[in-house]
Amino acid sequence: MIAAIRSLLRHWPLVESLVERELKARYRGSVLGFLWSFVNPLLLLLTYTLVFTVILPNRQPDIQPFFLFLFCGILPWTWFQASLSESSSVLIASSNLIKKVLFPAEVLPTVCVFANLAHFLLGLPILLLFLAWQGKLAWTAVLLPLPLLVQLVLTLGLSLLLSALTVHFRDIQNILNHVLHLWFFATPVIYSYAAIAEGTPLRRALRLNPMTHVIVTYQQMLFHGNVDHWRGLFLALLVGLVAFAAGAFLFDRLRDTLPEEV
Amino acid sequence: MTTTPAIVAQAVSKRYRRFAHRNQLRTLKSALLTGSVLADLTPEETFTALEDVSFEVGRGSTFAVIGENGSGKSTLLKLVAGITRPTQGSLVVDGRVSALIELGAGFHPEISGRENIAINAMMLGLSRKELALRYDAIVDFAELRDFIDAPVKTYSSGMYMRLGFAVAIHVDPDVLLIDEVLAVGDEAFTRKCLDKISEFRRRGKTILLVTHSLGLVEKMCDDVLWLNHGRTCGRGEPKRVVDEYLSYVAGGEETLLRSRSAADAARAEATPASEAPDDAGAPGAYRPGRWGSREVEIQKVRLLDARDRERHVFVPGETLTLSLSVHAPRPVSDFVFGIGLFSADGTCVYGTNTDLEDWAPRRLQGDAEVRLSLEGLRLVEGTYLVDLAAHKRDGTPYDYLRGLHSFRVKSRVKDIGIYRPLHHWSFTGGAEVEPPPERPELEIEQAEGGAELPRQRG
Repeated sequence: MIAAIRSLLRHWPLVESLVERELKARYRGSVLGFLWSFVNPLLLLLTYTLVFTVILPNRQPDIQPFFLFLFCGILPWTWFQASLSESSSVLIASSNLIKKVLFPAEVLPTVCVFANLAHFLLGLPILLLFLAWQGKLAWTAVLLPLPLLVQLVLTLGLSLLLSALTVHFRDIQNILNHVLHLWFFATPVIYSYAAIAEGTPLRRALRLNPMTHVIVTYQQMLFHGNVDHWRGLFLALLVGLVAFAAGAFLFDRLRDTLPEEV
Repeated sequence: MTTTPAIVAQAVSKRYRRFAHRNQLRTLKSALLTGSVLADLTPEETFTALEDVSFEVGRGSTFAVIGENGSGKSTLLKLVAGITRPTQGSLVVDGRVSALIELGAGFHPEISGRENIAINAMMLGLSRKELALRYDAIVDFAELRDFIDAPVKTYSSGMYMRLGFAVAIHVDPDVLLIDEVLAVGDEAFTRKCLDKISEFRRRGKTILLVTHSLGLVEKMCDDVLWLNHGRTCGRGEPKRVVDEYLSYVAGGEETLLRSRSAADAARAEATPASEAPDDAGAPGAYRPGRWGSREVEIQKVRLLDARDRERHVFVPGETLTLSLSVHAPRPVSDFVFGIGLFSADGTCVYGTNTDLEDWAPRRLQGDAEVRLSLEGLRLVEGTYLVDLAAHKRDGTPYDYLRGLHSFRVKSRVKDIGIYRPLHHWSFTGGAEVEPPPERPELEIEQAEGGAELPRQRG
């Protein structure tokens, strides 16, 4: 694991430039250009708001205005979900590099994670603006780096794991979308974790999901303005570290097989 | 060229999985347990791209790898580049490597040339600081100053190539690997690349080149490796290896197989039961073969002793006569006969021809016999391969038989080397020496006549 971190640090300039390239290239040629980083989450928010205020209105008192509660969860979730789904295909998509250039392959999934982190960070000011507008912005927002870091470790680990495994099992690409879809609903993004009664099987199931604790922490820091989910976040960190260690180990073991299999 | 080689390959083999998507679980398991996709696969499920290839590339030399498509050249290059690892054997490369395997691999079409240079250079291992120093040189070499801020997708393929080559070459490697990239691009670009490569050579950098351009090989390279179906088929001086390769390509596989079996027979004869056959890892492999126009054909070769009896085993000091029955269907006036003796490891022991010894050819037609007598064979014990040739004075071969005939020298004295000069020991003064016991030297049943005893007594 330490070797993996060291390798990432050594290749950091490359990761940085590739993330920069990702961001530049993504919207190059579109009319709105860089604005898409802001417009994208807004449109996503609009859709969910439409669904949950008009079609299936959510009237739970502790999570009103609901669209803002949604926003607090969707923004980090999008980072997580996009990172994993991009990582799963990134090695195959860059087979040219892996086969023809001596290239540290772990850079590629890392770039996926950090490029989506950048999108997340670009969306964050909008969220903060909305929070301020609704008078919801509290001092707890400065604690945001904590869940962010936990999420980063977890996402990196899973990305490394998925990217290397997908080279051997292309099926993962297909399954992953459904898994992520289910995972989204198994994470309290569109509903409140607090509303689910303690001791129910559903609550117990949700507690096993590390993303639950990450998202709940974001919601507490941003929306509720009081944080007490530290134990959950710590558990998520442990899971994240295990995922990172497993991802780094697996990636390293499969590294030599990559040029032959992609 | 200095002492330590830049690239050392020892008995390198590379196997791939034959069926890409079967046995996935098994290969994944073995990859996780042993780090190799092949560990749990049977030989039928793998494909051998390279088998037991050994060579050294001296620092500052230019080394070419030739061979037909699918012979394992690119696999070898990827191994040297470090992109893949050998399944067996070891490969050590000393110094920074830059591989021109695919130019512009990793360019992103949507972003500018400038940004692509930065990213590509970093992928190839340059730091930001190094890049800043070389950026201008790269742009100038690529001749893309005016277009450097345009997205790469707007470049022509020539511009794309130039940019890719410019970045790769400015990584300033100690070892440069080139895979056929010179085949693409226009004349001017090719010219420029060649100039740059020449400059590299002058600066004492090591170059490994995979190419189909045999002219280039003869012109630029110091050493050539010829791969055939993943095996070393020839190795050494460019002119000779290229000739062999060409005659192989012309003559097809059949000739090669025929000569192979002859060589194997020779080797089997050469190897006493106690010794393990050892042709692995021999550098500078000397591969038997036959080529030439056959305007003069060597129809029969006999190795004769002093009594004109055909023999294959001789003792040191005997007379060995090589008899060539030749046939020229049409009259020929430009002809040279030559012989070469090689030790089993391919070292040339001796070579001569009629032209070197100023025999002026007049006319050759129909059947003829050419004899060369080697009087007093002064060789140590071992197997010797014989080259026999009829060719023009400019070297164009009529019929070249490389290593298809062999003889063995047997001796009681296990002296070493190749050449055994006529010699004797003498002792004077306080030295008291017991002379060696009288032993019959000649235990080979045929070898009785005309033998000069190799052992001299003092």
